Amino acid sequence: MKRIFLSAAALFSLCHSFAQVKDSSGFASRKLKLEEVNFVSSYYHQNGNNSPVTGGIGTQKLSDFANVLDVRLIKFDRKLRKNSFDLEVGIDHYSSASSDKIDLKANSSASYSDTRVYPSVSWTRENEKKGSSVGIGLSSSTEFDYQSFGANLNFSRKTKNRNGEFSAKLQAYVDQVKLVLPVELRTGGGGGDDDDDYRTKGRNSFSGSLSYSQIVNKELQVAIVTDAVYQTGYLSMPFYRVYFKDGSVQKETLPDTRFKLPLGVRANYFAGDKLIIRSFYRFYRDSWGLTAHTASIELPVKLNAFLSISPFYRFYSQQGVKYFAPYGQHTAQDEFYTSNYDLSTFNSHFVGLGIRTAPPKGVFNNRHINMLEIRYGYYKKNIDMNAQSLTLHVKFK
Amino acid sequence: MKKINSKQLLGWSMAALFGSITGTSCVPVKEYQKNKLNDAEMALGNRKSEKTELNFQSYREGASGANGGKTGGGCGCN
Repeated sequence: MKRIFLSAAALFSLCHSFAQVKDSSGFASRKLKLEEVNFVSSYYHQNGNNSPVTGGIGTQKLSDFANVLDVRLIKFDRKLRKNSFDLEVGIDHYSSASSDKIDLKANSSASYSDTRVYPSVSWTRENEKKGSSVGIGLSSSTEFDYQSFGANLNFSRKTKNRNGEFSAKLQAYVDQVKLVLPVELRTGGGGGDDDDDYRTKGRNSFSGSLSYSQIVNKELQVAIVTDAVYQTGYLSMPFYRVYFKDGSVQKETLPDTRFKLPLGVRANYFAGDKLIIRSFYRFYRDSWGLTAHTASIELPVKLNAFLSISPFYRFYSQQGVKYFAPYGQHTAQDEFYTSNYDLSTFNSHFVGLGIRTAPPKGVFNNRHINMLEIRYGYYKKNIDMNAQSLTLHVKFK
Repeated sequence: MKKINSKQLLGWSMAALFGSITGTSCVPVKEYQKNKLNDAEMALGNRKSEKTELNFQSYREGASGANGGKTGGGCGCN
């Protein structure tokens, strides 16, 4: 943790050293300059007894330590358009008791833990005069059994009176899943410790997003967002077991296409001088028969101009996919089958509190530490699973 | 008469709430009147500190998208 924090500080100093060019004319500087650096560190821990690796029974104990560092640089061009360059790198390290059971006899095998590294870069050009922006981005994500490359293209335009904004985004992910099967289902070669021993299969995801935000009055703004997502390829997890009524075992098998359609609305309201109401609702439906409702509310209270606390609550309810059945319930007649309880019917509650401070002289009187936020959340499903997360966000300027 | 379950009630309530908000005629707001709207807590997107929460939710739940998080792809999640 200390090493990551020192690395963030070193990177910030480096960026800051070449960003010290000020334009004496009073106009926006056309030199590349550092806008901000964000560091987010999070710890997540879960417990449960419906692991899909062991067919819907067994421990789901898992811990994940995630760190994300992003740097934003800006440069104004000759037409005074603002160009933003975002460079981000994330590293997650997790340990999972259920992944360890890819080999049922194992105890702390190689699959017990893994590290995911996910860098991304993006560029956005904003024309403040026209109220429009365009941008592109590239990303990748690498872990032992999963490799992903992504690209996106986005566009936004404000309405004539600058009170509304329309945005569109196209995204594509080209992924490869390494076929790490449960040990007892491996036949012939493959399944060794060497990366090259596993076959891989492709998984591609394409999405188109549309959103519109509108200022209703001086205290209220709303947004409506929809994503149309089409996935094709190997959409199962190769090491998830399914136990059948006759006692036999197979790897999870799901259709090779999935179409998802979520629709979300947000409304944020500044009530009085100290209370803000942040609300969100989403309806979701997909071609596997899953429907879901999500509703959340967050109430930031300003204790003074620089300090706020934000209690939040989120309710989620889903009707599971038609291919789900618990341990030992699937039959040989089923074409597709899973015992992954994340795709079953359940409700969940997520409740927590955030504290945010952004003093004018900087946090701890350090003018470079612009903002500090800490967030804790407790998550509980009604199917014997719970989790906790603790997140720290520091913004440097 | 068809009975409405709690999920449908939640959906219709949210639709009615959003409809009543947007149905209110919008008042043009000038740049200098946007001090409350420009407050960091009023941003319509997610906080950066919510990113890891959205990430675990996309693994632990079947639904994703329309919330600024993952829509599918890019990770071993759903």
